[in-house]
Amino acid sequence: MSEVIVITSGKGGVGKTTTTANVGTGLAKLNKKVVLIDTDIGLRNLDVVMGLENRIVYNLVDVVEGNCRVKQALIKDKRYPNLYLLPSAQTRDKTAVSPEQMKKLTDELREEFDYILLDCPAGIEQGFKNAIAGADRALVITTPEVSAIRDADRIIGLLEANELKRCDLIVNRIRVDMVKRGEMMSIDDVVEILSINLIGAVPDDENIVISSNQGEPLVGSDTQAGQAYMNICKRVMGEDVPLLNLGGKDSFWSKLSSIFKKGN
Amino acid sequence: MNLMDALFKKKSSSDVAKDRLKLVLVSDRANCSPEIMEMIKNDIIQVISKYMIIDAEGLDIQITQLETDGNNGNVPALYANIPIKDLKNGTKR
Repeated sequence: MSEVIVITSGKGGVGKTTTTANVGTGLAKLNKKVVLIDTDIGLRNLDVVMGLENRIVYNLVDVVEGNCRVKQALIKDKRYPNLYLLPSAQTRDKTAVSPEQMKKLTDELREEFDYILLDCPAGIEQGFKNAIAGADRALVITTPEVSAIRDADRIIGLLEANELKRCDLIVNRIRVDMVKRGEMMSIDDVVEILSINLIGAVPDDENIVISSNQGEPLVGSDTQAGQAYMNICKRVMGEDVPLLNLGGKDSFWSKLSSIFKKGN
Repeated sequence: MNLMDALFKKKSSSDVAKDRLKLVLVSDRANCSPEIMEMIKNDIIQVISKYMIIDAEGLDIQITQLETDGNNGNVPALYANIPIKDLKNGTKR
Protein backbone atom coordinates (compact mmCIF):
# COMPACT_ATOMS: atom_id res chain seq x y z
CA MET A 1 0.00 0.00 0.00
CA SER A 2 1.46 3.32 -0.97
CA GLU A 3 1.46 6.48 1.08
CA VAL A 4 1.65 10.14 0.09
CA ILE A 5 3.46 12.16 2.76
CA VAL A 6 3.80 15.93 2.75
CA ILE A 7 6.73 17.51 4.61
CA THR A 8 5.72 20.94 5.78
CA SER A 9 6.49 23.58 8.42
CA GLY A 10 4.91 26.94 7.71
CA LYS A 11 8.06 28.85 8.50
CA GLY A 12 10.93 28.77 6.03
CA GLY A 13 14.42 27.54 6.77
CA VAL A 14 13.60 24.99 9.46
CA GLY A 15 14.69 21.97 7.40
CA LYS A 16 11.84 20.79 5.17
CA THR A 17 14.03 20.12 2.16
CA THR A 18 16.80 18.49 4.20
CA THR A 19 14.24 16.28 5.91
CA THR A 20 12.59 15.33 2.61
CA ALA A 21 15.97 14.39 1.14
CA ASN A 22 17.03 12.34 4.15
CA VAL A 23 13.74 10.60 4.90
CA GLY A 24 13.30 9.80 1.21
CA THR A 25 16.81 8.44 0.85
CA GLY A 26 16.44 6.50 4.10
CA LEU A 27 13.22 4.84 2.98
CA ALA A 28 14.94 3.89 -0.29
CA LYS A 29 17.80 2.40 1.73
CA LEU A 30 15.19 0.34 3.57
CA ASN A 31 14.18 -1.11 0.19
CA LYS A 32 11.09 0.95 -0.39
CA LYS A 33 10.36 2.46 -3.78
CA VAL A 34 10.34 6.20 -3.25
CA VAL A 35 9.69 9.33 -5.30
CA LEU A 36 10.45 12.81 -3.99
CA ILE A 37 8.46 15.70 -5.44
CA ASP A 38 9.71 19.26 -5.04
CA THR A 39 6.53 21.36 -4.98
CA ASP A 40 8.28 24.66 -4.37
CA ILE A 41 7.76 26.12 -7.83
CA GLY A 42 10.09 29.03 -8.56
CA LEU A 43 12.46 28.22 -5.70
CA ARG A 44 13.74 24.79 -6.56
CA ASN A 45 16.12 23.32 -3.98
CA LEU A 46 15.57 19.64 -3.42
CA ASP A 47 17.61 18.81 -6.55
CA VAL A 48 20.79 20.47 -5.21
CA VAL A 49 20.40 18.98 -1.74
CA MET A 50 20.07 15.56 -3.40
CA GLY A 51 22.98 16.28 -5.74
CA LEU A 52 20.86 15.70 -8.84
CA GLU A 53 20.80 19.24 -10.21
CA ASN A 54 22.72 18.38 -13.37
CA ARG A 55 20.30 15.75 -14.53
CA ILE A 56 17.08 17.73 -14.85
CA VAL A 57 15.37 17.62 -18.24
CA TYR A 58 11.67 18.03 -17.48
CA ASN A 59 9.99 19.27 -14.32
CA LEU A 60 6.75 19.22 -12.34
CA VAL A 61 5.07 21.92 -14.44
CA ASP A 62 5.99 20.10 -17.67
CA VAL A 63 4.29 16.97 -16.32
CA VAL A 64 1.17 18.80 -15.17
CA GLU A 65 0.87 20.70 -18.43
CA GLY A 66 1.32 17.53 -20.42
CA ASN A 67 4.59 18.51 -22.14
CA CYS A 68 6.01 15.14 -21.18
CA ARG A 69 5.03 11.88 -19.51
CA VAL A 70 5.64 11.47 -15.76
CA LYS A 71 8.29 8.81 -16.41
CA GLN A 72 10.30 11.17 -18.58
CA ALA A 73 10.49 13.78 -15.85
CA LEU A 74 11.49 11.41 -13.05
CA ILE A 75 15.22 11.49 -12.31
CA LYS A 76 16.57 8.17 -11.12
CA ASP A 77 19.11 8.49 -8.32
CA LYS A 78 21.90 6.17 -9.44
CA ARG A 79 23.18 5.67 -5.88
CA TYR A 80 19.98 3.87 -4.83
CA PRO A 81 17.97 1.51 -6.98
CA ASN A 82 14.54 2.65 -5.74
CA LEU A 83 14.86 6.41 -5.48
CA TYR A 84 13.44 8.99 -7.90
CA LEU A 85 13.10 12.77 -7.93
CA LEU A 86 10.53 14.92 -9.67
CA PRO A 87 12.09 18.39 -9.68
CA SER A 88 10.21 21.65 -9.49
CA ALA A 89 10.21 24.35 -12.19
CA GLN A 90 12.54 27.26 -11.59
CA THR A 91 11.14 29.80 -14.03
CA ARG A 92 7.44 29.59 -13.20
CA ASP A 93 5.33 30.45 -10.17
CA LYS A 94 2.95 28.60 -7.87
CA THR A 95 -0.14 29.39 -9.92
CA ALA A 96 1.20 27.11 -12.68
CA VAL A 97 -0.23 24.11 -10.78
CA SER A 98 -3.59 23.55 -9.10
CA PRO A 99 -4.50 21.30 -6.14
CA GLU A 100 -6.60 19.10 -8.45
CA GLN A 101 -3.65 18.55 -10.78
CA MET A 102 -1.41 17.64 -7.84
CA LYS A 103 -3.94 15.15 -6.56
CA LYS A 104 -4.18 13.55 -9.98
CA LEU A 105 -0.39 13.32 -10.21
CA THR A 106 0.07 11.76 -6.77
CA ASP A 107 -2.70 9.25 -7.46
CA GLU A 108 -0.96 8.26 -10.67
CA LEU A 109 2.34 7.79 -8.81
CA ARG A 110 0.70 5.62 -6.15
CA GLU A 111 0.52 2.76 -8.60
CA GLU A 112 4.29 2.70 -8.99
CA PHE A 113 5.74 3.76 -5.63
CA ASP A 114 5.58 2.78 -1.96
CA TYR A 115 6.19 6.30 -0.72
CA ILE A 116 5.54 9.63 -2.41
CA LEU A 117 7.19 12.47 -0.47
CA LEU A 118 6.16 16.05 -1.15
CA ASP A 119 8.54 18.84 -0.20
CA CYS A 120 6.18 21.71 0.64
CA PRO A 121 7.09 25.38 0.16
CA ALA A 122 7.05 27.74 3.14
CA GLY A 123 3.88 29.70 3.77
CA ILE A 124 0.19 28.80 3.71
CA GLU A 125 -0.75 30.03 0.27
CA GLN A 126 -1.30 28.26 -3.03
CA GLY A 127 1.97 26.29 -2.89
CA PHE A 128 0.99 24.80 0.46
CA LYS A 129 -2.51 24.01 -0.77
CA ASN A 130 -1.05 22.28 -3.82
CA ALA A 131 1.32 20.20 -1.72
CA ILE A 132 -1.26 18.93 0.75
CA ALA A 133 -3.98 18.27 -1.82
CA GLY A 134 -3.06 14.66 -2.49
CA ALA A 135 -1.42 13.81 0.84
CA ASP A 136 -2.49 11.05 3.23
CA ARG A 137 -0.29 12.17 6.08
CA ALA A 138 2.09 14.94 7.06
CA LEU A 139 5.42 15.36 8.76
CA VAL A 140 5.42 18.78 10.40
CA ILE A 141 8.92 20.18 10.95
CA THR A 142 9.73 22.72 13.61
CA THR A 143 12.76 23.97 15.51
CA PRO A 144 12.67 24.80 19.24
CA GLU A 145 12.10 28.50 18.50
CA VAL A 146 8.99 30.58 19.15
CA SER A 147 8.51 31.65 15.53
CA ALA A 148 8.81 28.15 14.09
CA ILE A 149 6.54 26.62 16.74
CA ARG A 150 3.88 29.24 16.25
CA ASP A 151 3.86 28.63 12.49
CA ALA A 152 3.82 24.87 13.04
CA ASP A 153 0.75 25.24 15.23
CA ARG A 154 -1.03 27.13 12.46
CA ILE A 155 -0.02 24.49 9.92
CA ILE A 156 -1.30 21.69 12.16
CA GLY A 157 -4.64 23.49 12.38
CA LEU A 158 -4.83 23.79 8.59
CA LEU A 159 -3.87 20.14 8.08
CA GLU A 160 -6.59 19.02 10.49
CA ALA A 161 -9.09 21.23 8.70
CA ASN A 162 -8.11 19.48 5.47
CA GLU A 163 -8.71 16.10 7.11
CA LEU A 164 -5.32 14.54 6.69
CA LYS A 165 -5.36 11.10 8.24
CA ARG A 166 -2.22 11.54 10.25
CA CYS A 167 0.05 14.33 11.38
CA ASP A 168 3.43 13.74 13.06
CA LEU A 169 5.98 16.14 14.45
CA ILE A 170 9.74 16.33 13.84
CA VAL A 171 11.68 18.66 16.12
CA ASN A 172 14.76 19.76 14.23
CA ARG A 173 18.03 21.45 15.22
CA ILE A 174 18.03 20.67 18.89
CA ARG A 175 21.09 21.86 20.76
CA VAL A 176 21.47 19.67 23.79
CA ASP A 177 23.94 22.01 25.50
CA MET A 178 21.45 24.88 25.29
CA VAL A 179 18.54 22.75 26.49
CA LYS A 180 20.62 21.73 29.51
CA ARG A 181 21.33 25.37 30.31
CA GLY A 182 17.61 26.17 30.05
CA GLU A 183 18.25 28.43 27.08
CA MET A 184 16.33 26.32 24.56
CA MET A 185 12.98 24.60 24.77
CA SER A 186 13.30 20.83 25.12
CA ILE A 187 11.62 18.24 22.89
CA ASP A 188 9.06 17.67 25.66
CA ASP A 189 8.29 21.38 25.83
CA VAL A 190 7.62 21.54 22.09
CA VAL A 191 5.47 18.40 22.10
CA GLU A 192 3.50 19.70 25.07
CA ILE A 193 2.77 22.98 23.30
CA LEU A 194 1.82 21.50 19.93
CA SER A 195 0.20 18.36 21.36
CA ILE A 196 0.66 16.09 18.35
CA ASN A 197 2.52 12.82 18.03
CA LEU A 198 6.31 13.13 17.96
CA ILE A 199 7.91 10.96 15.26
CA GLY A 200 11.48 12.11 15.68
CA ALA A 201 13.99 14.65 16.89
CA VAL A 202 17.10 15.70 15.01
CA PRO A 203 20.07 17.35 16.73
CA ASP A 204 21.74 20.44 15.32
CA ASP A 205 24.59 18.68 13.57
CA GLU A 206 27.21 20.36 11.40
CA ASN A 207 27.36 17.22 9.29
CA ILE A 208 24.02 18.32 7.81
CA VAL A 209 25.72 21.34 6.25
CA ILE A 210 28.57 19.19 4.99
CA SER A 211 26.17 16.68 3.47
CA SER A 212 24.17 19.31 1.63
CA ASN A 213 27.43 20.88 0.43
CA GLN A 214 28.23 17.54 -1.15
CA GLY A 215 24.72 16.76 -2.32
CA GLU A 216 24.62 13.47 -0.43
CA PRO A 217 21.96 12.92 2.24
CA LEU A 218 23.59 11.65 5.44
CA VAL A 219 20.75 9.40 6.58
CA GLY A 220 22.04 6.17 8.09
CA SER A 221 25.62 7.45 8.38
CA ASP A 222 27.52 7.30 11.64
CA THR A 223 26.49 10.78 12.73
CA GLN A 224 23.85 11.88 15.24
CA ALA A 225 21.67 13.43 12.57
CA GLY A 226 22.17 10.43 10.28
CA GLN A 227 20.98 8.05 12.99
CA ALA A 228 18.07 10.33 13.94
CA TYR A 229 16.87 10.44 10.33
CA MET A 230 17.17 6.69 9.94
CA ASN A 231 15.07 6.21 13.07
CA ILE A 232 12.44 8.55 11.65
CA CYS A 233 12.30 6.46 8.46
CA LYS A 234 11.72 3.30 10.47
CA ARG A 235 8.98 4.99 12.48
CA VAL A 236 7.35 6.24 9.27
CA MET A 237 7.21 2.60 8.22
CA GLY A 238 5.50 1.72 11.48
CA GLU A 239 8.41 0.30 13.45
CA ASP A 240 8.62 1.10 17.13
CA VAL A 241 12.05 2.66 17.60
CA PRO A 242 12.99 4.42 20.86
CA LEU A 243 14.09 8.05 20.69
CA LEU A 244 17.82 8.70 20.46
CA ASN A 245 19.29 9.84 23.71
CA LEU A 246 20.51 13.26 22.65
CA GLY A 247 22.63 13.55 25.75
CA GLY A 248 19.56 14.42 27.78
CA LYS A 249 20.32 12.55 30.95
CA ASP A 250 23.48 10.50 30.90
CA SER A 251 22.39 7.94 33.39
CA PHE A 252 24.68 5.15 34.43
CA TRP A 253 22.55 2.65 32.55
CA SER A 254 22.46 4.55 29.29
CA LYS A 255 26.23 4.89 29.36
CA LEU A 256 26.60 1.21 30.09
CA SER A 257 24.20 0.19 27.33
CA SER A 258 25.95 2.42 24.80
CA ILE A 259 29.22 0.67 25.60
CA PHE A 260 27.57 -2.67 24.89
CA LYS A 261 26.02 -1.38 21.68
CA LYS A 262 29.43 -0.31 20.41
CA GLY A 263 30.66 -3.80 21.17
CA ASN A 264 28.09 -5.33 18.81
CA MET B 1 20.87 28.44 34.29
CA ASN B 2 23.76 29.40 36.50
CA LEU B 3 23.78 29.40 40.26
CA MET B 4 22.99 33.09 40.62
CA ASP B 5 19.94 32.78 38.41
CA ALA B 6 18.80 29.73 40.33
CA LEU B 7 19.21 31.52 43.64
CA PHE B 8 17.24 34.53 42.53
CA LYS B 9 14.65 32.38 40.79
CA LYS B 10 15.26 34.07 37.45
CA LYS B 11 13.25 32.37 34.74
CA SER B 12 15.34 30.65 32.11
CA SER B 13 14.82 31.93 28.59
CA SER B 14 13.29 28.61 27.54
CA ASP B 15 10.61 29.00 30.22
CA VAL B 16 9.96 32.54 29.05
CA ALA B 17 9.63 31.28 25.47
CA LYS B 18 7.24 28.53 26.54
CA ASP B 19 5.00 30.88 28.50
CA ARG B 20 4.91 33.47 25.73
CA LEU B 21 4.13 30.81 23.14
CA LYS B 22 1.32 29.29 25.18
CA LEU B 23 -0.32 32.67 25.47
CA VAL B 24 0.02 33.64 21.84
CA LEU B 25 -1.22 30.24 20.66
CA VAL B 26 -4.39 30.53 22.71
CA SER B 27 -5.45 33.59 20.77
CA ASP B 28 -4.10 32.16 17.50
CA ARG B 29 -6.12 28.99 17.91
CA ALA B 30 -9.26 30.75 18.99
CA ASN B 31 -8.86 33.24 16.18
CA CYS B 32 -9.65 35.69 18.92
CA SER B 33 -7.62 38.85 19.49
CA PRO B 34 -6.51 40.07 22.93
CA GLU B 35 -8.84 43.05 22.47
CA ILE B 36 -11.86 40.79 22.09
CA MET B 37 -10.76 38.76 25.11
CA GLU B 38 -10.59 41.99 27.09
CA MET B 39 -14.11 42.90 25.99
CA ILE B 40 -15.46 39.48 26.98
CA LYS B 41 -13.74 39.86 30.32
CA ASN B 42 -15.32 43.26 30.96
CA ASP B 43 -18.77 41.99 30.02
CA ILE B 44 -18.42 39.01 32.35
CA ILE B 45 -17.44 41.34 35.19
CA GLN B 46 -20.52 43.45 34.52
CA VAL B 47 -22.92 40.52 34.50
CA ILE B 48 -21.56 38.72 37.57
CA SER B 49 -21.30 41.99 39.50
CA LYS B 50 -25.08 42.24 39.39
CA TYR B 51 -25.33 39.29 41.72
CA MET B 52 -22.15 39.20 43.79
CA ILE B 53 -19.05 41.15 44.54
CA ILE B 54 -16.12 39.78 42.62
CA ASP B 55 -12.45 40.53 42.51
CA ALA B 56 -12.17 42.13 39.09
CA GLU B 57 -8.39 42.32 39.35
CA GLY B 58 -8.04 38.62 40.02
CA LEU B 59 -10.37 37.58 37.22
CA ASP B 60 -8.71 35.41 34.65
CA ILE B 61 -10.26 34.19 31.43
CA GLN B 62 -8.62 32.20 28.70
CA ILE B 63 -9.43 29.87 25.87
CA THR B 64 -7.96 26.44 26.46
CA GLN B 65 -8.32 22.93 25.14
CA LEU B 66 -10.73 20.63 26.94
CA GLU B 67 -10.41 16.90 26.48
CA THR B 68 -13.64 15.18 25.63
CA ASP B 69 -14.52 11.51 25.82
CA GLY B 70 -16.46 11.41 22.60
CA ASN B 71 -15.33 12.70 19.23
CA ASN B 72 -11.76 11.56 20.04
CA GLY B 73 -10.51 15.06 20.38
CA ASN B 74 -10.08 18.28 22.22
CA VAL B 75 -12.58 21.07 22.01
CA PRO B 76 -11.79 24.67 22.81
CA ALA B 77 -13.30 25.87 26.04
CA LEU B 78 -13.64 29.28 27.62
CA TYR B 79 -12.15 29.01 31.05
CA ALA B 80 -12.93 31.71 33.61
CA ASN B 81 -11.59 31.95 37.11
CA ILE B 82 -13.61 34.51 39.01
CA PRO B 83 -12.66 35.08 42.65
CA ILE B 84 -15.74 36.03 44.72
CA LYS B 85 -15.21 38.60 47.42
CA ASP B 86 -18.67 38.51 48.97
CA LEU B 87 -21.57 36.23 48.17
CA LYS B 88 -24.33 37.48 50.45
CA ASN B 89 -24.30 41.01 49.32
CA GLY B 90 -25.68 40.51 45.86
CA THR B 91 -28.24 37.77 46.51
CA LYS B 92 -31.02 39.97 47.84
CA ARG B 93 -31.41 43.09 45.87
